Amino acid sequence: MWIALFCLSGLGLVASLGLGLAAKRFAVEVDPRVEEVERVLPGVNDGGCGYPSCSQFARAVVEGKAPVNGCVAGGEDTALALAEVMGVEAVIGEKRVAVVLCKGGREESKTKFTYRGVENCKAAVLVSGGDKACPYGCLGLGTCKRVCPFDAVVISEDGLAVIDTQRCTGCGICVKECPKGIIQLVPIGKRVSILCQSGEKGSEVRKKCDVGCIACETCVRVCPFDAIFMEGNLAVLDHERCQVCGLCIPRCPTHTIEARDGPFPPVEIMADKCSGCGICSMICPVSAIEGDKKEVHRVLEGRCVGCLLCIDRCPKDAIGIEVPINSAVELASR
Amino acid sequence: MKRLYLFQGGIHPSEQKFSQNSPIEELKAPDRVVVPLSQHIGAPCQATVAPGDRVRKGDRVGQATGFVSVNVHASISGMIRGVGLFPHPLGRPLPAVEIESDGEDAWTDNLKPHEDYMDLPPEALTEIIRDMGIVGMGGAAFPTHVKLSPPKEKPIDTLIINGAECEPYLTADHRLMLEEAENIIEGARIAMRILGVDRGVIAIESNKPDAIDKMKGLIEDIPELEVLALKVRYPQGAEKQLIKTILNREVPFSGGLPMDVGAIVQNVGTLSAIYKAVRFAAPLIERITTVTGSGVRQPKNLRVRIGTPTKALIEACGGFSSEVGKVIMGGPMMGVSQYSLEVPVVKGTSGIVVQPFSEVEEGSAQPCIRCGSCVRACPARLMPTVLGVFAQLDMFEEAQRYDVMDCIECGCCNYVCPAKIPLVQLLRYAKAEILTRRKAA
Amino acid sequence: MEDRQLILSSSPHIHGEESIPRIMYTVVVALIPAMFMGVYLFGFRALAVILISVVAGMATEAGTQRILGRKVTISDGSALVTGILLALNLPPTVPWWLVVVGSAIAIAIGKQIYGGLGYNPFNPALVARVILLISFPVQMTNWVKPSPLFSGVADAVTTATPLGAMKTHLMVKGTLQGFSMGEFWNPFIGNIGGCIGETSVIALLIGAGFLLYRGYITWHIPVTFVGTVFILSGLFWLIDPDQYINPIFHILTGGLMLGAFYMATDMVTSPITNRGMMIFGAGCGVITIIIRLFGGYPEGVSYSILLMNAATPLIDRYTRPTTFGWKEVSPR
Repeated sequence: MWIALFCLSGLGLVASLGLGLAAKRFAVEVDPRVEEVERVLPGVNDGGCGYPSCSQFARAVVEGKAPVNGCVAGGEDTALALAEVMGVEAVIGEKRVAVVLCKGGREESKTKFTYRGVENCKAAVLVSGGDKACPYGCLGLGTCKRVCPFDAVVISEDGLAVIDTQRCTGCGICVKECPKGIIQLVPIGKRVSILCQSGEKGSEVRKKCDVGCIACETCVRVCPFDAIFMEGNLAVLDHERCQVCGLCIPRCPTHTIEARDGPFPPVEIMADKCSGCGICSMICPVSAIEGDKKEVHRVLEGRCVGCLLCIDRCPKDAIGIEVPINSAVELASR
Repeated sequence: MKRLYLFQGGIHPSEQKFSQNSPIEELKAPDRVVVPLSQHIGAPCQATVAPGDRVRKGDRVGQATGFVSVNVHASISGMIRGVGLFPHPLGRPLPAVEIESDGEDAWTDNLKPHEDYMDLPPEALTEIIRDMGIVGMGGAAFPTHVKLSPPKEKPIDTLIINGAECEPYLTADHRLMLEEAENIIEGARIAMRILGVDRGVIAIESNKPDAIDKMKGLIEDIPELEVLALKVRYPQGAEKQLIKTILNREVPFSGGLPMDVGAIVQNVGTLSAIYKAVRFAAPLIERITTVTGSGVRQPKNLRVRIGTPTKALIEACGGFSSEVGKVIMGGPMMGVSQYSLEVPVVKGTSGIVVQPFSEVEEGSAQPCIRCGSCVRACPARLMPTVLGVFAQLDMFEEAQRYDVMDCIECGCCNYVCPAKIPLVQLLRYAKAEILTRRKAA
Repeated sequence: MEDRQLILSSSPHIHGEESIPRIMYTVVVALIPAMFMGVYLFGFRALAVILISVVAGMATEAGTQRILGRKVTISDGSALVTGILLALNLPPTVPWWLVVVGSAIAIAIGKQIYGGLGYNPFNPALVARVILLISFPVQMTNWVKPSPLFSGVADAVTTATPLGAMKTHLMVKGTLQGFSMGEFWNPFIGNIGGCIGETSVIALLIGAGFLLYRGYITWHIPVTFVGTVFILSGLFWLIDPDQYINPIFHILTGGLMLGAFYMATDMVTSPITNRGMMIFGAGCGVITIIIRLFGGYPEGVSYSILLMNAATPLIDRYTRPTTFGWKEVSPR
């Protein structure tokens, strides 16, 4: 009994001595701010900042090599907190989210062959470029889902990768990893996107997919802000210029253009404020407002696409919109 | 009997050599061919013709663009219909020249035959081989003139003439050895002259006793050449395994070449093509392709023009025997399955294997039970299951440390795996990822 | 001509005939001689133990897989093999509820919680056996003399296993003098006390030969395991035959044959390289001998295998084959 007690205590003593010595001997000097920075970071090691881990990013921030707003996952709050730790001012940009620029699921698009093999887009493209007939088609085998550190990707039943904008932090990993290169980062408020990346001729696209861009250029003509231009056979949306009016959406014959988070709500005219000046009916690009001069104007149901162009122009502030609570954020940025 | 060394690993799948007794048949020149500008490993050719041009058989239509590159030639006479992207056996559209036949099938008159070819200096021979577009015809399609020009500091002592044909189903080389043995031997002598070696080993798997006898009979008076009968074991015909078996030398890891261990391996088909190129100035515009598998009515060995669409070959063999499942270009172990029957025969197309729908296995992988079969079967002495796990978890650095880059993609691991894990695809994925990362860095 | 879309996959396009169910059912076939001898020697009670173990094992497999939301794979035969192996590792007198508990432990704790087939670090049947042995030492060491079927011998005569008897003799007398090993023929055919499936060496060897022939086990683990036990016990025997018993006694009795050929060779939990398997086998042998000669238990095969199971990842790591081309074979 005593021997055992003695032995164990002795052992403990020796071990603790060793530990203590090691702690002294091999101690590494760390800038205390590194730990502070690390505490503020989300700690998911997503790599969106360009560093392999949060602690490496933290070190870079302290050394002044990385900007305080470098953490995409953490967003605004983290940037502000980091700026406080570092005693600098943070420049905050609008949050961005990833969008998969393909709408051609298994139903809408054709395949070249039946694929059997590893469920990973990057491995699948090694077999004749993947089974989709369209070389720009989402394969839906979920490489983006695998790499997403925030669980923000779901593969739809139709075999398309869809990004949950609520969860997406815009870290951009999926953009880099997608073997088809069809994921793009866009400012969260710019919720209109042209969901096709195919540069093939319209006739080719038609053969392969029901919802691909066929280069009809309708959207280019429709856009009141010149935000859409043609890049070869593909309509491309310039998000800087896009005012999110949504006018292009109903005009696209292949329904390639889509707004995230549902359709745009129509405007309403408040009868008590309307003076009947008629400006709104004049500028409405879809002729959705009618009314006689000096009379209260009304919005034609089913016509209004919710572009909101009239709201700013109404001198009486008589045009408004019934705002669903969850899209208030987006509206604010419009 | 000379002692043979064995390579470790390997498998012995059912041979299925349906067409080994069918003599080579000439497939008549098609009405239209699509001659890809990239039929070899290395830089693709530059097209030298434009739509509307008239060409004759043997005219150059693509010019080599660098040392590791060879010319391509018109395989029929007629008019150039298009130069652009066409389906390619690699699975994606690649630049090619489309020729429509004028029905004459006339040869070009630029041919310069050499009767006294053995008197030509080695450099001139190499030049001819390059001009005539000769590439390795065993499947990999590596430009032959490059292989035949080892640097001075790498002395070569042995030429290995590869007639192993270890892939199941394929019999093109076998038939060639029976029907064009003389050409192969002359080709071997030319290659040996270029390399300055005095030892040539004709290596044939022992499941082709008639070819072994034929070759033995022909080399009796040629002391530099010998015939070796090899044990039937896939991948016996892979360069590195062949050198190991015959010379007991291992080609160094990560990017080592046979020339590093003093050996050059040439496929029998390549040697026959070398002979024809040097003797008759005949460019490589045709090859022997085995069309086989239980999915075609009559398996055959066909002499086909480069650029002939797959469809024509299958029709020549009586069409599909039942509902088609897979059409594989190359052998069943390393070949590439195709999605279009428009894909043309290229210089490296050793065979077309058709599997009926009912024969294609379901690809449902089960978990690895660590049976170790893949480790025992791997001729590169890797641990495929470990590499597969690394690939699945995107652990590419670890995969690299476990030498994934030395995988020769022979498919042995995948063949033996009881859990049906697509190991080759996983390893190819890891290799591709490592290469892209290297490029990015 | 192109009526159906072609199928594409990565090469190779042909596969061997091996499959997991084929391996598992072959192991079951290989165990038939041992099961037969177990039932022959210990009566229909042994058959009941085997059946209960199998049924409970498969039910647990189906149940846990359903609860964990996995695909139910009881038809692949792996639960069947585990069930049989556990039964063969139990004494014939074991109460039925203990068999059920053991089988459930084997599948649920030994296998499924790690992720199912292929992911378990320890041999599931041995995990269960050891847990039972520690938790229910009395029921788990209640041995009986074999009373072959139709031999008219009244059943359930309590006895000790040869190893147990030897150990007791040594402890009581301090020497092996006076201890009778009996005829080696007895353990060879199985006419000794012990677990249902471990006593008959000949039955185990017949099945092992079949597995070796089919290539589902290789010689590396069994030969190094049994060989190490033989050599080590032989050395001690040569030094002092009064304290250490004949090595032949060591390799014929206890669970060594069952362990070396069927448990240590479990694919999932043993190394995948040939060199690794030899280290594994030798390690099992050393630990078995240490326990048998110097430990408290008379038998150590189960523990030795479990301990070496834990070392398997490490062994695999250090016995990686040299990649082709990494060594100069014949210098030029």
